[in-house]
Amino acid sequence: MTRHGKILEYALSSLLRRKYKSLVIIVAFMLTIAALSSVLFLTGSLKNEATLMLQEAPDIIVQRTMAGRHDLIPTGYAEEIKKIRGVGTVSPRYWGYYYDALVEANYTLLGAGSGTETLNLLAGRLPATNSECSLGAGVAELRGSGDSGELILVNSRNTGVLFTVSGIFQTASNLLTNDLVVLTDSALIDFFGFPPGQATDISVEVRNMSEVPTVAAKIRQMFPDTRPITRRELVRTYDMVFNWRSGMMLTVFCAAVISFCIMAWDKATGISAEEKQEIGILKAIGWDTSDVLALKCWEGLIIALSSFMLGITLGFVHIFFFDAFILAAVIKGWSVLFPVFDLTPHLNLFHIFIMGFLSVIPYMACTVLPTWKAAVADPETVMRG
Amino acid sequence: MLKSRVFIFCTIGQMLVIASFFLYGQAKSRADLRGPVREKQELVSRLGLTDFAIWTEARYTRHPSQTDFFSPFQDFPSSPDHFPAGSIIAPVRAAQGETQ
Repeated sequence: MTRHGKILEYALSSLLRRKYKSLVIIVAFMLTIAALSSVLFLTGSLKNEATLMLQEAPDIIVQRTMAGRHDLIPTGYAEEIKKIRGVGTVSPRYWGYYYDALVEANYTLLGAGSGTETLNLLAGRLPATNSECSLGAGVAELRGSGDSGELILVNSRNTGVLFTVSGIFQTASNLLTNDLVVLTDSALIDFFGFPPGQATDISVEVRNMSEVPTVAAKIRQMFPDTRPITRRELVRTYDMVFNWRSGMMLTVFCAAVISFCIMAWDKATGISAEEKQEIGILKAIGWDTSDVLALKCWEGLIIALSSFMLGITLGFVHIFFFDAFILAAVIKGWSVLFPVFDLTPHLNLFHIFIMGFLSVIPYMACTVLPTWKAAVADPETVMRG
Repeated sequence: MLKSRVFIFCTIGQMLVIASFFLYGQAKSRADLRGPVREKQELVSRLGLTDFAIWTEARYTRHPSQTDFFSPFQDFPSSPDHFPAGSIIAPVRAAQGETQ
Protein backbone atom coordinates (compact mmCIF):
# COMPACT_ATOMS: atom_id res chain seq x y z
CA MET A 1 0.00 0.00 0.00
CA THR A 2 2.80 2.37 0.98
CA ARG A 3 4.66 1.44 -2.21
CA HIS A 4 1.64 2.24 -4.35
CA GLY A 5 0.96 5.39 -2.34
CA LYS A 6 4.45 6.61 -3.12
CA ILE A 7 4.16 5.62 -6.78
CA LEU A 8 0.84 7.50 -6.96
CA GLU A 9 2.49 10.54 -5.41
CA TYR A 10 5.29 10.34 -7.97
CA ALA A 11 2.76 9.81 -10.83
CA LEU A 12 0.87 12.94 -9.80
CA SER A 13 4.10 14.94 -9.61
CA SER A 14 5.09 13.60 -13.01
CA LEU A 15 1.72 14.62 -14.51
CA LEU A 16 1.97 18.05 -12.90
CA ARG A 17 5.42 18.53 -14.46
CA ARG A 18 3.69 18.08 -17.84
CA LYS A 19 0.61 19.94 -16.69
CA TYR A 20 -0.40 21.53 -20.00
CA LYS A 21 -0.14 18.26 -21.93
CA SER A 22 -2.02 16.39 -19.18
CA LEU A 23 -4.69 19.08 -19.06
CA VAL A 24 -5.24 18.97 -22.82
CA ILE A 25 -5.60 15.17 -22.72
CA ILE A 26 -8.03 15.37 -19.78
CA VAL A 27 -10.15 18.05 -21.50
CA ALA A 28 -10.26 16.15 -24.83
CA PHE A 29 -11.06 12.86 -23.09
CA MET A 30 -13.69 14.54 -20.88
CA LEU A 31 -15.44 16.19 -23.82
CA THR A 32 -15.55 12.88 -25.69
CA ILE A 33 -17.16 11.15 -22.71
CA ALA A 34 -19.47 14.13 -22.12
CA ALA A 35 -20.71 14.00 -25.74
CA LEU A 36 -21.31 10.26 -25.54
CA SER A 37 -22.98 10.35 -22.15
CA SER A 38 -25.16 13.32 -23.18
CA VAL A 39 -26.57 11.34 -26.09
CA LEU A 40 -27.03 8.24 -23.94
CA PHE A 41 -28.79 10.20 -21.17
CA LEU A 42 -31.01 12.09 -23.63
CA THR A 43 -32.05 9.06 -25.67
CA GLY A 44 -32.49 6.92 -22.53
CA SER A 45 -34.75 9.51 -20.92
CA LEU A 46 -36.77 10.08 -24.10
CA LYS A 47 -37.28 6.32 -24.47
CA ASN A 48 -38.33 6.08 -20.85
CA GLU A 49 -40.67 9.05 -21.24
CA ALA A 50 -42.21 7.51 -24.38
CA THR A 51 -42.80 4.19 -22.59
CA LEU A 52 -44.58 5.96 -19.72
CA MET A 53 -46.58 8.46 -21.78
CA LEU A 54 -47.72 6.10 -24.48
CA GLN A 55 -49.21 3.69 -21.96
CA GLU A 56 -52.33 5.81 -22.31
CA ALA A 57 -52.25 6.13 -26.11
CA PRO A 58 -55.09 4.53 -28.12
CA ASP A 59 -54.92 0.71 -28.20
CA ILE A 60 -55.08 0.65 -31.99
CA ILE A 61 -54.98 3.43 -34.57
CA VAL A 62 -56.44 2.38 -37.92
CA GLN A 63 -55.08 4.26 -40.92
CA ARG A 64 -56.12 3.89 -44.50
CA THR A 65 -53.35 3.66 -47.04
CA MET A 66 -53.75 4.53 -50.70
CA ALA A 67 -50.89 3.90 -53.13
CA GLY A 68 -48.61 3.36 -50.14
CA ARG A 69 -49.52 6.69 -48.57
CA HIS A 70 -51.64 7.62 -45.60
CA ASP A 71 -55.13 8.59 -46.84
CA LEU A 72 -58.40 9.73 -45.26
CA ILE A 73 -60.48 6.85 -43.90
CA PRO A 74 -64.28 6.49 -44.33
CA THR A 75 -66.00 6.85 -40.95
CA GLY A 76 -68.19 3.90 -41.99
CA TYR A 77 -65.21 1.64 -41.23
CA ALA A 78 -65.66 2.57 -37.56
CA GLU A 79 -69.15 1.03 -37.50
CA GLU A 80 -67.82 -2.25 -38.90
CA ILE A 81 -64.85 -2.32 -36.51
CA LYS A 82 -67.20 -1.80 -33.57
CA LYS A 83 -68.84 -5.13 -34.41
CA ILE A 84 -65.62 -7.09 -33.75
CA ARG A 85 -65.88 -9.02 -30.49
CA GLY A 86 -63.83 -7.45 -27.66
CA VAL A 87 -63.76 -3.98 -29.17
CA GLY A 88 -64.87 -1.08 -26.95
CA THR A 89 -65.10 2.53 -28.07
CA VAL A 90 -64.28 3.25 -31.70
CA SER A 91 -63.93 6.89 -32.65
CA PRO A 92 -62.83 8.67 -35.80
CA ARG A 93 -59.97 11.11 -35.20
CA TYR A 94 -59.59 14.38 -37.06
CA TRP A 95 -56.19 15.95 -37.26
CA GLY A 96 -53.79 17.41 -39.78
CA TYR A 97 -50.87 19.74 -40.36
CA TYR A 98 -50.89 23.46 -40.93
CA TYR A 99 -48.03 25.54 -42.26
CA ASP A 100 -48.08 29.02 -40.83
CA ALA A 101 -46.40 31.20 -43.45
CA LEU A 102 -46.36 34.13 -41.03
CA VAL A 103 -43.83 32.52 -38.70
CA GLU A 104 -42.71 29.71 -41.06
CA ALA A 105 -43.68 27.00 -38.59
CA ASN A 106 -45.72 23.80 -38.86
CA TYR A 107 -48.53 23.18 -36.39
CA THR A 108 -50.46 20.01 -35.69
CA LEU A 109 -54.19 20.75 -35.67
CA LEU A 110 -56.18 18.26 -33.65
CA GLY A 111 -59.90 17.70 -33.12
CA ALA A 112 -60.60 17.34 -29.40
CA GLY A 113 -63.66 15.10 -29.77
CA SER A 114 -66.48 15.65 -27.34
CA GLY A 115 -66.23 17.23 -23.90
CA THR A 116 -64.79 20.51 -22.72
CA GLU A 117 -63.30 19.34 -19.46
CA THR A 118 -60.23 20.94 -17.91
CA LEU A 119 -56.96 19.05 -17.81
CA ASN A 120 -54.25 19.39 -15.17
CA LEU A 121 -51.68 20.48 -17.74
CA LEU A 122 -54.03 22.89 -19.49
CA ALA A 123 -54.36 26.43 -18.20
CA GLY A 124 -58.00 27.00 -19.15
CA ARG A 125 -60.19 24.42 -20.85
CA LEU A 126 -60.57 22.56 -24.13
CA PRO A 127 -62.53 24.36 -26.87
CA ALA A 128 -66.29 24.29 -26.43
CA THR A 129 -67.40 26.08 -29.59
CA ASN A 130 -66.16 26.18 -33.19
CA SER A 131 -64.60 29.58 -32.62
CA GLU A 132 -62.39 28.45 -29.73
CA CYS A 133 -59.02 26.72 -29.61
CA SER A 134 -56.46 25.45 -27.10
CA LEU A 135 -52.80 25.99 -27.89
CA GLY A 136 -49.47 24.43 -27.12
CA ALA A 137 -47.09 26.76 -25.30
CA GLY A 138 -44.80 26.93 -28.35
CA VAL A 139 -47.58 28.12 -30.68
CA ALA A 140 -48.90 30.58 -28.10
CA GLU A 141 -45.45 32.09 -27.64
CA LEU A 142 -44.67 32.22 -31.36
CA ARG A 143 -47.95 33.93 -32.23
CA GLY A 144 -48.29 35.97 -29.07
CA SER A 145 -51.71 34.40 -28.50
CA GLY A 146 -51.21 34.21 -24.74
CA ASP A 147 -51.49 37.98 -24.50
CA SER A 148 -54.00 38.66 -27.27
CA GLY A 149 -56.20 35.63 -26.51
CA GLU A 150 -56.75 35.18 -30.24
CA LEU A 151 -55.31 33.14 -33.09
CA ILE A 152 -55.96 33.70 -36.79
CA LEU A 153 -55.34 30.80 -39.18
CA VAL A 154 -56.07 30.57 -42.90
CA ASN A 155 -58.40 27.73 -43.82
CA SER A 156 -58.52 25.52 -46.92
CA ARG A 157 -60.67 28.10 -48.72
CA ASN A 158 -57.96 30.73 -48.13
CA THR A 159 -60.11 32.59 -45.63
CA GLY A 160 -58.74 33.83 -42.32
CA VAL A 161 -60.49 32.26 -39.34
CA LEU A 162 -60.35 33.92 -35.93
CA PHE A 163 -60.22 31.59 -32.92
CA THR A 164 -60.49 32.64 -29.30
CA VAL A 165 -57.92 30.93 -27.06
CA SER A 166 -59.77 28.92 -24.41
CA GLY A 167 -56.67 27.34 -22.89
CA ILE A 168 -52.90 27.07 -23.20
CA PHE A 169 -51.04 23.84 -22.42
CA GLN A 170 -48.47 24.28 -19.68
CA THR A 171 -44.79 24.13 -20.56
CA ALA A 172 -44.42 20.90 -18.53
CA SER A 173 -46.26 19.14 -21.37
CA ASN A 174 -44.16 20.77 -24.12
CA LEU A 175 -42.75 17.49 -25.34
CA LEU A 176 -46.29 16.40 -26.23
CA THR A 177 -48.13 19.61 -26.99
CA ASN A 178 -45.65 22.27 -28.10
CA ASP A 179 -47.01 22.57 -31.67
CA LEU A 180 -50.65 21.63 -30.98
CA VAL A 181 -53.69 23.68 -31.91
CA VAL A 182 -56.73 21.89 -30.54
CA LEU A 183 -60.11 22.68 -32.11
CA THR A 184 -63.50 21.03 -31.87
CA ASP A 185 -63.98 18.17 -34.35
CA SER A 186 -66.52 20.13 -36.40
CA ALA A 187 -64.31 23.25 -36.50
CA LEU A 188 -61.41 21.13 -37.75
CA ILE A 189 -63.54 19.37 -40.39
CA ASP A 190 -64.69 22.74 -41.63
CA PHE A 191 -61.22 24.30 -41.43
CA PHE A 192 -59.51 21.64 -43.57
CA GLY A 193 -62.62 20.97 -45.71
CA PHE A 194 -62.70 17.23 -44.98
CA PRO A 195 -65.06 15.41 -47.42
CA PRO A 196 -68.24 14.27 -45.62
CA GLY A 197 -67.90 10.88 -43.90
CA GLN A 198 -64.08 10.92 -43.89
CA ALA A 199 -61.66 11.15 -40.97
CA THR A 200 -57.87 11.18 -40.60
CA ASP A 201 -57.82 7.82 -38.83
CA ILE A 202 -59.80 5.77 -36.34
CA SER A 203 -58.86 5.01 -32.74
CA VAL A 204 -59.97 1.67 -31.38
CA GLU A 205 -60.24 0.62 -27.74
CA VAL A 206 -59.75 -3.09 -27.02
CA ARG A 207 -61.11 -4.34 -23.70
CA ASN A 208 -58.57 -7.13 -23.21
CA MET A 209 -54.98 -6.09 -23.90
CA SER A 210 -53.93 -9.60 -24.94
CA GLU A 211 -56.47 -9.47 -27.77
CA VAL A 212 -55.00 -6.38 -29.41
CA PRO A 213 -52.92 -8.26 -32.06
CA THR A 214 -55.95 -10.45 -32.89
CA VAL A 215 -58.26 -7.45 -33.28
CA ALA A 216 -55.62 -5.68 -35.39
CA ALA A 217 -55.34 -8.76 -37.62
CA LYS A 218 -59.14 -8.91 -37.97
CA ILE A 219 -59.29 -5.24 -38.96
CA ARG A 220 -56.61 -5.83 -41.57
CA GLN A 221 -58.58 -8.81 -42.86
CA MET A 222 -61.84 -6.86 -43.02
CA PHE A 223 -60.27 -3.81 -44.64
CA PRO A 224 -57.15 -4.75 -46.62
CA ASP A 225 -56.52 -1.09 -47.45
CA THR A 226 -55.94 -0.23 -43.79
CA ARG A 227 -52.92 -0.33 -41.53
CA PRO A 228 -53.67 -0.90 -37.85
CA ILE A 229 -50.95 0.53 -35.57
CA THR A 230 -51.02 -0.96 -32.07
CA ARG A 231 -49.87 0.81 -28.92
CA ARG A 232 -46.98 -1.63 -28.61
CA GLU A 233 -45.79 -0.46 -32.00
CA LEU A 234 -45.93 3.18 -30.88
CA VAL A 235 -43.62 2.40 -27.97
CA ARG A 236 -41.39 0.25 -30.18
CA THR A 237 -41.13 3.12 -32.65
CA TYR A 238 -39.56 5.34 -30.00
CA ASP A 239 -37.28 2.50 -28.95
CA MET A 240 -36.14 2.34 -32.57
CA VAL A 241 -35.97 6.09 -33.11
CA PHE A 242 -33.57 6.55 -30.21
CA ASN A 243 -31.65 3.28 -30.35
CA TRP A 244 -27.95 2.98 -31.13
CA ARG A 245 -28.64 2.72 -34.86
CA SER A 246 -30.22 6.16 -34.97
CA GLY A 247 -28.25 8.85 -36.79
CA MET A 248 -27.92 10.89 -33.62
CA MET A 249 -26.26 8.04 -31.75
CA LEU A 250 -24.13 6.92 -34.67
CA THR A 251 -22.83 10.40 -35.47
CA VAL A 252 -21.81 11.22 -31.93
CA PHE A 253 -20.60 7.70 -31.20
CA CYS A 254 -18.45 7.56 -34.35
CA ALA A 255 -16.97 11.01 -33.67
CA ALA A 256 -16.22 10.03 -30.08
CA VAL A 257 -14.71 6.67 -31.00
CA ILE A 258 -12.55 8.21 -33.75
CA SER A 259 -11.23 10.94 -31.48
CA PHE A 260 -10.57 8.40 -28.74
CA CYS A 261 -8.77 6.10 -31.20
CA ILE A 262 -6.55 8.96 -32.41
CA MET A 263 -5.64 9.74 -28.82
CA ALA A 264 -5.03 6.09 -27.96
CA TRP A 265 -3.05 5.53 -31.16
CA ASP A 266 -0.85 8.53 -30.36
CA LYS A 267 -0.16 7.02 -26.97
CA ALA A 268 0.33 3.46 -28.17
CA THR A 269 2.70 4.23 -31.05
CA GLY A 270 5.36 5.63 -28.82
CA ILE A 271 6.30 7.79 -25.93
CA SER A 272 8.17 11.05 -26.09
CA ALA A 273 11.95 11.29 -25.73
CA GLU A 274 11.41 13.08 -22.43
CA GLU A 275 9.33 10.21 -21.07
CA LYS A 276 11.87 7.65 -22.31
CA GLN A 277 14.61 9.54 -20.56
CA GLU A 278 12.57 9.61 -17.38
CA ILE A 279 12.05 5.84 -17.56
CA GLY A 280 15.78 5.35 -18.15
CA ILE A 281 16.69 7.48 -15.13
CA LEU A 282 14.17 5.68 -12.93
CA LYS A 283 15.63 2.31 -13.97
CA ALA A 284 19.17 3.59 -13.45
CA ILE A 285 18.44 4.71 -9.88
CA GLY A 286 17.07 1.30 -9.02
CA TRP A 287 13.37 1.15 -9.99
CA ASP A 288 12.18 -2.28 -11.13
CA THR A 289 10.38 -2.75 -14.46
CA SER A 290 7.24 -3.54 -12.41
CA ASP A 291 7.59 -0.22 -10.55
CA VAL A 292 7.84 1.70 -13.83
CA LEU A 293 4.81 -0.16 -15.19
CA ALA A 294 2.87 0.55 -11.99
CA LEU A 295 3.80 4.23 -12.33
CA LYS A 296 2.50 4.40 -15.90
CA CYS A 297 -0.59 2.43 -14.90
CA TRP A 298 -1.32 5.03 -12.22
CA GLU A 299 -0.71 7.87 -14.65
CA GLY A 300 -3.16 6.33 -17.14
CA LEU A 301 -5.71 5.67 -14.40
CA ILE A 302 -5.48 9.21 -13.01
CA ILE A 303 -6.11 10.75 -16.44
CA ALA A 304 -8.73 8.25 -17.65
CA LEU A 305 -10.73 8.03 -14.41
CA SER A 306 -10.76 11.79 -13.80
CA SER A 307 -11.75 12.51 -17.41
CA PHE A 308 -14.41 9.79 -17.36
CA MET A 309 -16.05 10.99 -14.17
CA LEU A 310 -15.87 14.64 -15.19
CA GLY A 311 -17.35 13.71 -18.60
CA ILE A 312 -20.25 11.84 -17.01
CA THR A 313 -20.90 14.76 -14.64
CA LEU A 314 -20.79 17.25 -17.52
CA GLY A 315 -23.14 15.09 -19.62
CA PHE A 316 -25.65 14.74 -16.77
CA VAL A 317 -25.61 18.45 -15.92
CA HIS A 318 -25.95 19.36 -19.60
CA ILE A 319 -28.99 17.14 -20.19
CA PHE A 320 -30.91 17.36 -16.95
CA PHE A 321 -29.97 20.73 -15.45
CA PHE A 322 -29.45 22.76 -18.65
CA ASP A 323 -32.17 21.00 -20.70
CA ALA A 324 -29.69 19.65 -23.29
CA PHE A 325 -29.16 23.12 -24.77
CA ILE A 326 -26.11 22.12 -26.84
CA LEU A 327 -27.47 18.80 -28.08
CA ALA A 328 -30.87 20.42 -28.75
CA ALA A 329 -29.23 22.83 -31.18
CA VAL A 330 -27.74 19.83 -33.02
CA ILE A 331 -30.91 17.75 -33.22
CA LYS A 332 -33.27 20.66 -33.82
CA GLY A 333 -32.95 20.36 -37.61
CA TRP A 334 -35.31 22.73 -39.36
CA SER A 335 -37.95 22.73 -36.67
CA VAL A 336 -39.09 26.25 -35.89
CA LEU A 337 -41.12 25.03 -32.93
CA PHE A 338 -38.78 22.98 -30.79
CA PRO A 339 -39.69 21.92 -27.26
CA VAL A 340 -37.52 22.52 -24.22
CA PHE A 341 -36.37 19.13 -22.90
CA ASP A 342 -37.48 18.98 -19.30
CA LEU A 343 -36.72 15.32 -18.76
CA THR A 344 -36.80 13.00 -15.80
CA PRO A 345 -33.26 11.69 -15.24
CA HIS A 346 -32.93 8.10 -16.29
CA LEU A 347 -29.48 6.67 -15.60
CA ASN A 348 -28.67 3.26 -16.94
CA LEU A 349 -25.83 1.92 -14.78
CA PHE A 350 -25.05 -0.73 -17.39
CA HIS A 351 -24.40 1.99 -20.00
CA ILE A 352 -22.14 3.88 -17.60
CA PHE A 353 -20.13 0.75 -16.77
CA ILE A 354 -19.78 -0.16 -20.44
CA MET A 355 -18.67 3.37 -21.27
CA GLY A 356 -16.18 3.29 -18.40
CA PHE A 357 -14.87 -0.12 -19.38
CA LEU A 358 -14.45 0.85 -23.02
CA SER A 359 -12.65 4.11 -22.27
CA VAL A 360 -10.62 3.73 -19.05
CA ILE A 361 -9.20 0.24 -19.67
CA PRO A 362 -8.06 0.81 -23.31
CA TYR A 363 -6.49 4.13 -22.35
CA MET A 364 -4.54 2.50 -19.52
CA ALA A 365 -3.45 -0.29 -21.86
CA CYS A 366 -2.30 2.27 -24.42
CA THR A 367 -0.26 4.06 -21.76
CA VAL A 368 1.35 0.94 -20.32
CA LEU A 369 2.28 -0.95 -23.51
CA PRO A 370 4.87 1.49 -24.98
CA THR A 371 6.26 2.04 -21.49
CA TRP A 372 6.81 -1.69 -21.11
CA LYS A 373 8.85 -1.65 -24.33
CA ALA A 374 11.03 1.17 -22.98
CA ALA A 375 11.22 -0.26 -19.45
CA VAL A 376 12.62 -3.65 -20.46
CA ALA A 377 15.43 -2.07 -22.51
CA ASP A 378 18.83 -1.17 -21.10
CA PRO A 379 18.57 2.10 -19.09
CA GLU A 380 21.66 3.59 -20.72
CA THR A 381 20.32 2.93 -24.25
CA VAL A 382 16.98 4.41 -23.29
CA MET A 383 18.55 7.53 -21.79
CA ARG A 384 20.74 8.04 -24.84
CA GLY A 385 17.60 7.74 -27.02
CA MET B 1 1.78 12.31 0.35
CA LEU B 2 -0.24 15.49 0.02
CA LYS B 3 -0.90 15.21 -3.71
CA SER B 4 -2.09 11.61 -3.52
CA ARG B 5 -4.41 12.49 -0.64
CA VAL B 6 -5.89 15.37 -2.61
CA PHE B 7 -6.33 13.09 -5.64
CA ILE B 8 -8.02 10.33 -3.61
CA PHE B 9 -10.25 12.92 -1.93
CA CYS B 10 -11.24 14.44 -5.30
CA THR B 11 -11.89 10.99 -6.83
CA ILE B 12 -14.13 9.97 -3.93
CA GLY B 13 -15.88 13.35 -4.23
CA GLN B 14 -16.50 12.72 -7.94
CA MET B 15 -17.85 9.24 -7.23
CA LEU B 16 -20.19 10.69 -4.63
CA VAL B 17 -21.39 13.31 -7.12
CA ILE B 18 -22.19 10.61 -9.70
CA ALA B 19 -23.86 8.45 -7.04
CA SER B 20 -25.93 11.45 -5.96
CA PHE B 21 -26.99 11.99 -9.60
CA PHE B 22 -28.15 8.40 -9.69
CA LEU B 23 -30.08 8.74 -6.44
CA TYR B 24 -31.53 12.08 -7.59
CA GLY B 25 -32.69 10.42 -10.82
CA GLN B 26 -34.33 7.58 -8.89
CA ALA B 27 -36.03 9.97 -6.46
CA LYS B 28 -37.25 12.29 -9.23
CA SER B 29 -38.57 9.34 -11.26
CA ARG B 30 -40.55 8.14 -8.25
CA ALA B 31 -41.87 11.64 -7.51
CA ASP B 32 -42.77 12.22 -11.17
CA LEU B 33 -44.67 8.93 -11.32
CA ARG B 34 -47.04 10.26 -8.67
CA GLY B 35 -47.57 13.70 -10.26
CA PRO B 36 -46.37 14.96 -13.65
CA VAL B 37 -46.37 11.55 -15.36
CA ARG B 38 -50.03 10.98 -14.41
CA GLU B 39 -50.92 14.43 -15.71
CA LYS B 40 -49.15 13.79 -19.01
CA GLN B 41 -50.81 10.39 -19.29
CA GLU B 42 -54.17 12.08 -18.75
CA LEU B 43 -53.36 14.43 -21.62
CA VAL B 44 -52.30 11.57 -23.90
CA SER B 45 -55.42 9.62 -23.04
CA ARG B 46 -57.81 12.55 -23.52
CA LEU B 47 -56.37 13.82 -26.79
CA GLY B 48 -55.27 10.44 -28.16
CA LEU B 49 -51.70 11.63 -28.71
CA THR B 50 -49.29 9.20 -30.33
CA ASP B 51 -46.00 11.04 -30.75
CA PHE B 52 -43.60 13.59 -29.28
CA ALA B 53 -43.62 17.10 -30.73
CA ILE B 54 -39.85 17.15 -31.23
CA TRP B 55 -39.32 17.52 -34.97
CA THR B 56 -42.12 19.52 -36.55
CA GLU B 57 -40.57 20.09 -39.96
CA ALA B 58 -42.13 17.13 -41.81
CA ARG B 59 -45.02 14.79 -41.13
CA TYR B 60 -42.80 11.71 -40.91
CA THR B 61 -40.59 13.40 -38.33
CA ARG B 62 -43.49 14.89 -36.37
CA HIS B 63 -45.30 11.55 -36.19
CA PRO B 64 -42.71 8.79 -36.73
CA SER B 65 -45.15 6.17 -35.45
CA GLN B 66 -47.87 7.16 -37.92
CA THR B 67 -45.72 7.51 -40.98
CA ASP B 68 -46.23 5.48 -44.15
CA PHE B 69 -43.60 3.16 -45.63
CA PHE B 70 -42.19 5.58 -48.18
CA SER B 71 -42.27 8.82 -46.24
CA PRO B 72 -38.58 9.73 -46.37
CA PHE B 73 -38.78 9.61 -50.16
CA GLN B 74 -42.27 10.98 -50.34
CA ASP B 75 -42.09 13.67 -52.98
CA PHE B 76 -41.03 11.68 -56.01
CA PRO B 77 -39.20 8.39 -56.67
CA SER B 78 -35.53 8.52 -55.60
CA SER B 79 -36.11 11.84 -53.88
CA PRO B 80 -33.54 12.26 -51.14
CA ASP B 81 -34.53 13.11 -47.61
CA HIS B 82 -34.91 16.89 -47.36
CA PHE B 83 -34.94 17.29 -43.63
CA PRO B 84 -32.02 17.13 -41.20
CA ALA B 85 -34.14 15.32 -38.62
CA GLY B 86 -34.63 12.50 -41.12
CA SER B 87 -30.95 11.67 -40.75
CA ILE B 88 -31.07 11.84 -36.97
CA ILE B 89 -33.86 9.37 -36.31
CA ALA B 90 -33.47 5.69 -37.16
CA PRO B 91 -35.62 3.95 -39.77
CA VAL B 92 -38.89 2.98 -38.16
CA ARG B 93 -39.41 -0.76 -38.33
CA ALA B 94 -42.81 -0.48 -36.69
CA ALA B 95 -44.09 1.15 -39.88
CA GLN B 96 -44.16 -2.31 -41.39
CA GLY B 97 -46.99 -3.20 -39.06
CA GLU B 98 -47.22 -5.78 -36.31
CA THR B 99 -50.00 -7.64 -38.01
CA GLN B 100 -48.15 -8.35 -41.24
